[in-house]
Amino acid sequence: MTAPLSHGSATEGPAIEFDHASFRLNGRPLLEDLTLLVKQGETLVLLGRSGSGKTTTLKLINRLLLPTAGEVRVNGRATAQWDPIRLRRSIGYVIQDGGLFPHFTVERNIALVPRIENWPRARVEERVRELLAKVGLNADLASRYPSQLSGGQRQRVGVARALAADPPILILDEAFGALDPITRSEMQKEFRALQRRMQKAVIFVTHDLREALFLADRIALMEQGRLVVDLPVGEFSRSEDRLVRAYVEAFSGLPDISRV
Amino acid sequence: MNFLQFMMANRQQVLDLTLEHITLAGIATVLAALVGIPLGILITRVPQLSKPVLGGANIIQTIPSLALFGFLLPAPWIGERAGRLAVLALALYALLPLIRNTYAGIRGVDPAVVEAGRAMGLTDRQLLFQVELPLASGVIVAGVRIATVLSIGVATIAAAIGAGGLGEFIFRGLAMVNNQVILAGAIPAALLALVADFVLGRLERRLGSVHLKS
Repeated sequence: MTAPLSHGSATEGPAIEFDHASFRLNGRPLLEDLTLLVKQGETLVLLGRSGSGKTTTLKLINRLLLPTAGEVRVNGRATAQWDPIRLRRSIGYVIQDGGLFPHFTVERNIALVPRIENWPRARVEERVRELLAKVGLNADLASRYPSQLSGGQRQRVGVARALAADPPILILDEAFGALDPITRSEMQKEFRALQRRMQKAVIFVTHDLREALFLADRIALMEQGRLVVDLPVGEFSRSEDRLVRAYVEAFSGLPDISRV
Repeated sequence: MNFLQFMMANRQQVLDLTLEHITLAGIATVLAALVGIPLGILITRVPQLSKPVLGGANIIQTIPSLALFGFLLPAPWIGERAGRLAVLALALYALLPLIRNTYAGIRGVDPAVVEAGRAMGLTDRQLLFQVELPLASGVIVAGVRIATVLSIGVATIAAAIGAGGLGEFIFRGLAMVNNQVILAGAIPAALLALVADFVLGRLERRLGSVHLKS
């Protein structure tokens, strides 16, 4: 019954595949005809304004939503065919401010999926220690509650919780959006280093172009529920597409801090 | 004879009626919780039921207590014993705060936390027992507190149908036009309500505050 969570060897074929997927809510299109691939080991950043359909795209991956047309496939199987509980436990999910359970200690928050997967207690404890170190948190924090942590610490716990059962896929929704700029930059660097070692299939949602350029292998720009372009990170800034230009100019219009 | 002398002279009866009062209100509240809390959970899962269920509990609450005791009198089995009838009537009264607070408590849990739980792969059951109920527990206990205090108060009316409790003194005192007898029932009943309110209030604050405020 309980299939292993890791599919690390499933390198043939994309980890995540949107095949002409659309999502409509009460007739209103939130996502239209999205076709997109993410391979194992790749980081795709979904870039776009608020309401462009980025979060809807993420929710289609872990079956918080089902496409109203087309298909979304995870490890080659349509999300509609997956047992939603199995599917979700094989996808790490990080949201803004961590989305931690306020009544669980840091340790219990991180151990959430291993515990409901009935890992032996010793292995769970070992894993929590390992993850705290991995995300750069002191082991003393394990017994604290989320309300007793700083925003940056909460976000690190959120990342550790998503990684707990070593899922092959990681999705992050504005994960670092609530952090101050210094903590944010630290988290971005650490996350990039972590991903280089882990080689997961990552979809990272943001509206921050600089964050996208820093983290992505590929950037997919979305606007009003449609995919505008899907380009390797090196080609993105040079694109002649009108919407890409608008996005790049919005960021390059800011004063160059190094010259002030 | 002043009030205290009256209480001392009748201490055995005061004690008996107090215990009877606690039993009536206690059984009724437990019964109401066993029905009301699951019902409150149910209407968070089946939203179409929330209006009729809350509306029904509201209507029961608007029936004057004396009339409710009267309505239930002809009911089979229940109507045979005054104690059974009183417990049922009290439980019906206590239903509204329990259903309403359970419903409001669960609905009030931060939707981002619930969605995070669902996205992590918690089943509906795990979500309910590990996330929603613990986070709603402060509000649910507040409902239990209101229901308990309400039951202790309304239980004084149970004496009108011969179910005993501290209402015995109150009704007797009214018939005798004797304030001391009325107070012998009213003061212990008020004290019971205050003690229950205090104890459950502390529990509520413990559950509601420690780690939940950020």
